[in-house]
Amino acid sequence: MQTTQTPLPPEAESLFGRPTRAKRTERWVFMLIRAGTYFILACAAAIFIDIFYKGAQTVFQLEFPFINVEFLTDSPQTLHVFEYEGEKMEMKDSDFRVFKEETGASIVSQTYAYSGGGIWPCIVGTVLLVVGAMAIALTLGVLSAIFLSEYSKPGKILNAVRLSILNLAGVPSIVFGIFGMGMFVLAFGWNVSLIAGWFTLAFMVLPIVISASEESMRAIPQGLRDASLALGASKWTSIRTNVLPYAMPGILTSSIIGVARVAGETAPIMFTAAYALRDQLPWEGLEHWYDLFFQGVMALPYHIYVVSAKIPQNEYTSQMQYGTAFVFLFIVAGIALTSILLRIRMRRKYRW
Amino acid sequence: MSVMTNENIPKPLVEKENVPPSEPETTPNRSLIEISNFNFFYGDKQALFNVDMSIKEREVTAFIGPSGCGKSTLLRCINRMNDLIDIARIGSGTISVNGVDIYDERVDTIELRKRVGMVFQKSNPFPKSIYENVVYGLRIQGITRKSVLDETVERCLKGAALWEEVKDRLDTSGLSLSGGQQQRLCIARALAVEPDILLMDEPCSALDPVATAKVEELIHELKNRYTIVIVTHNMQQAARVSDKTAFFYLGELIEMNATDQIFMSPDKEQTEAYISGRFG
Repeated sequence: MQTTQTPLPPEAESLFGRPTRAKRTERWVFMLIRAGTYFILACAAAIFIDIFYKGAQTVFQLEFPFINVEFLTDSPQTLHVFEYEGEKMEMKDSDFRVFKEETGASIVSQTYAYSGGGIWPCIVGTVLLVVGAMAIALTLGVLSAIFLSEYSKPGKILNAVRLSILNLAGVPSIVFGIFGMGMFVLAFGWNVSLIAGWFTLAFMVLPIVISASEESMRAIPQGLRDASLALGASKWTSIRTNVLPYAMPGILTSSIIGVARVAGETAPIMFTAAYALRDQLPWEGLEHWYDLFFQGVMALPYHIYVVSAKIPQNEYTSQMQYGTAFVFLFIVAGIALTSILLRIRMRRKYRW
Repeated sequence: MSVMTNENIPKPLVEKENVPPSEPETTPNRSLIEISNFNFFYGDKQALFNVDMSIKEREVTAFIGPSGCGKSTLLRCINRMNDLIDIARIGSGTISVNGVDIYDERVDTIELRKRVGMVFQKSNPFPKSIYENVVYGLRIQGITRKSVLDETVERCLKGAALWEEVKDRLDTSGLSLSGGQQQRLCIARALAVEPDILLMDEPCSALDPVATAKVEELIHELKNRYTIVIVTHNMQQAARVSDKTAFFYLGELIEMNATDQIFMSPDKEQTEAYISGRFG
């Protein structure tokens, strides 16, 4: 366009002139938006690459079967590092005892807490915590979302309820942790247990679940409700058949965010559900089936916290930290992926 | 009806005793809907003033009038869809369908709405297959027998003049149909619960002329079996499809008469002014 030879008619001049103010502003805004996005991407990439690079060294190995099975299936143990016949050896506690007995030698070893063995109990505990807490949060959350969006009368009280739910989302997680301890652990006498952790975590994500579910229900066109009522449906039938199914993808989206938070938060379970170390797996040594709910568990985020903040740091603990973080990311991604796939399937079923 | 299984034998509208027995169906075109001295409010604002009206069986009655005149409000009162609006309330007066006061507290609105079907201004098929759209009303009554459902789908889609166009793709989404087809699907869906009365709230306002003509043709055919009340902004449409026309203005029923009478020689000055296009 710049190579136009013929003189421009005066009315066309403005089309070819210098960039106008609006155009320059637009360019700046666009660059700003792009810079912001790239900055966030760079930060996320730095974190992920760091965890993946260092974590992969713990989780994977060069020899067959290429995955460090012991790390995924064993409990955390003390690591013994010692010299034996001129060779430097690393051994987890259980192996070390056997070794000591076999050789009969008196070996002086350096010990590193939590740095040997694996994180299997933490994986189990985290999965149990996530599943239970999300089940509670989705049940309570969807029920109250139905009430707020379909049954309640608009007005000041409803607005106050909405506002307090939103505010609850901003409460620091440690406050939920302390609330959970006061309420479930002490007042209800559940002690440090799965069920106390479930409710504490569920309460923490309830605001997210309620507001996202309510939004997705309110986005369903009123026409669908009217149509089903006009065909002789009761209000509940109409909600069950024409609101909930179509709101499900939105509800699942909220649950994806919820899962990530429930799995990742340390503060709420610190006082309510998590043990730093426990020998038995949750299903071992139960007297009654319901004892399952009333026992503490190990959990990945708490384990990361313990390993990186509660014990002296060295190269061995660092391996454990990165390996745990790696596995943790993997599990959260897996659960989130399941929800996303489920959502895609539902969306396909109800194509708008 | 060949599908009279015991599931869909109509239940009495009012389930307790001392209900005025409906008169035997001897005279054709007896009055089916009686509205008397009806006052209706949205909050403090009165939407309908002392409406008196009688709607005859198997006739098409058109409600016309400028926007906000209360015609849709009255229509939605006939199957109590206004119950859904929190601030809506009845001042005084009654609406009775088939001799039963539908605002009697014993009336089951679910049963009422099965008898008084409704087609909305904006076509609103469910985001389900065409088949599931039609049988929705039966499914929620717990009818699952495939033969009954299949038969209903065919009968209602034929009744709504849609069968030939969709019979090969009953499994596709109702939303994949064109606007006019969607509206006829909504009519088919309403027919499936076998109503006596069909309320239509500006059913053609979002349709092009060809689709409108099809729906109007359909209304003509449906008249033989159903009592139809249609709200319309389009006066030509009222003239084309209806037997009786009611003109509303500012919440009052100004005039109601045979359609020819209203359009040729209305009694009231305001009616004449409106239909000749001087206001509204």
